[in-house]
Amino acid sequence: MSDLHLADIHSELNQEPIRKGFGRGLLAAGKLDDNVVAACADLTDSTQMSLFKAEFPQRFVEIGVAEQNLVTVGAGLAAMGKIPFVSSYAAFSPGRNWEQIRTTICLNEQPVKVVGSHAGVSVGPDGATHQMLEDVALMRVLPHMVVIVPGDSLEAERATLAMAKDGRPNYLRLAREATPIITTDKTPFEIGKAYVYEKGSDVTIIATGTMTYQALLAAEQLYKDGIEAEVIHCPTIKPLDEETILKSVRKTGCVVTAEEGQVIGGLGGAIAELLSEHHPALLKRVGMYDHFGESGAPEELLEHFGLDAKHIRLAAHQVTDKKKK
Amino acid sequence: MPKRSLENLETIANDIREDIIRMLEHAGSGHSAGPLGLADIFTALYFDVMKHDPKNPDWDERDILLLSNGHCVPVRYATMAHAGYFPKKELLTLRQLGSRLQGHPERTRLPGMETTSGPLGCGLSQACGMALAMRMDNILNRWVYVVMGDGELDEGNIWEAAMLAGKEKLSHIIGIIDRNNIQIDGPTDDVMPLGDLKAKWEAFGWHVLEIDGNDIEAVIDACTMGRAVSDKPIMIIAYTVPGKGVDFMEYDFHWHGTPPNKDQAKLALHELRTLGGKIRGEHE
Repeated sequence: MSDLHLADIHSELNQEPIRKGFGRGLLAAGKLDDNVVAACADLTDSTQMSLFKAEFPQRFVEIGVAEQNLVTVGAGLAAMGKIPFVSSYAAFSPGRNWEQIRTTICLNEQPVKVVGSHAGVSVGPDGATHQMLEDVALMRVLPHMVVIVPGDSLEAERATLAMAKDGRPNYLRLAREATPIITTDKTPFEIGKAYVYEKGSDVTIIATGTMTYQALLAAEQLYKDGIEAEVIHCPTIKPLDEETILKSVRKTGCVVTAEEGQVIGGLGGAIAELLSEHHPALLKRVGMYDHFGESGAPEELLEHFGLDAKHIRLAAHQVTDKKKK
Repeated sequence: MPKRSLENLETIANDIREDIIRMLEHAGSGHSAGPLGLADIFTALYFDVMKHDPKNPDWDERDILLLSNGHCVPVRYATMAHAGYFPKKELLTLRQLGSRLQGHPERTRLPGMETTSGPLGCGLSQACGMALAMRMDNILNRWVYVVMGDGELDEGNIWEAAMLAGKEKLSHIIGIIDRNNIQIDGPTDDVMPLGDLKAKWEAFGWHVLEIDGNDIEAVIDACTMGRAVSDKPIMIIAYTVPGKGVDFMEYDFHWHGTPPNKDQAKLALHELRTLGGKIRGEHE
């Protein structure tokens, strides 16, 4: 789509970990607004908060390995008018501190920005304990919480800047490994908007985070197979851009979702809920099906668990075949 | 505002206890022992210690009070009503549908309620965030008071906050532990012994004071001393009598989470009105 100013996926794409964009975005947000502050639970480099810490040491708090305290201190900072970004690995925050997020941030309506890095199986060798797959479900179910899963580092940067201006509690999910950069400096990002990255009329593929690039690759293959896929990138999982999604599904009549996390309660769950209430349609969900990950190389694991272009393509064939019957 | 006499404060505390009994009896559920035991501390905080303005609850120079053990909120509601935050008649809406006085406090419903609490162990962390924000903004004339239960100290989150406050020397936090020795399942020593609390907090880098928490003057003095400490966070271990003021409730852990029924409330109110039989009740 030309107005989205996307990179040409046929060209050699630059790659960068999505979390790097968060680091740059936080630094930029800090320069724009003195009230932006940050706290981290002993993972300042990994979560890329180090850029902010170096520039604004007085506005950074080292919490130590204490994720319950991390988010609850965030609630206190927000109560005093600060815009706190609090980061750790997603497995620990929001993995360990869900109730604190529920009570002191969501019910208390404090605009704390919870940032969970190293989400998904692509964390790799660290294994299942560190491969957070349930974070989207945990955060999506909370009233007042906004859930954002950017598709590349540039989008993460824009999302971070948007979060600093958003008056609600936010959750930002980040991945560890280098991900192809599919957007450009001119690509729009707005919280709550889904974007049609590829137009088509046979099947709607809705993807988020690292899986959007895989969805674009799948769409190319599908085109060769004679199937025109519409690819929707959905970086905000809550609130869901129902209009954009339903408009596409009314046209295509069948849907594939793709995410690097549990389909139960995740993007797949959100889309299933939306469709069954508003426009029942054939649906196949690509993601983790009620099991944990394990150690391995990231690309190995993605293939092993069926989280790649190949499996999205397969799923698209399944729903389009069923539609014909 | 001129300081009130001790006698006046004690009368207020007694009125607050009466309101707690009325509220709980009317609501038919809620916690009795803790709120009664805390009435003197809350009277001291709202009527002497804290800088605040009931007509301007968001005043940006106010001191902040966090009630970490949210289940004790009846004492806060009663005290706030007496201080003029809202009409006293609203107290009887406690725990009713649509009421601003939720079973556990919610910030967004009631002006002057500084945070939402109930699930235990979260107040001190929020106080840390607030004190850190004040330090970032170079604010030196405000304090954050945090009331916690002793059973609440079982929560790990408390000790995470204790470490942070100690490390950052957050001297504008004044914690108050309601040391009444009871929790739902029984005496704290049976449920989970807390050991040498003073030594524990000191080991975490806190300045610790121990007082009789049912002595209003002692509460005021301890807070004054606390504000004078400039290199450490302050923890006041306030020894209180659970159910204070109502003989059949005092020291009995069964009253932790139970309200009085109609007859019990009548008895309790009689006792409070006559200050334990010392004076003749006006309704007799």
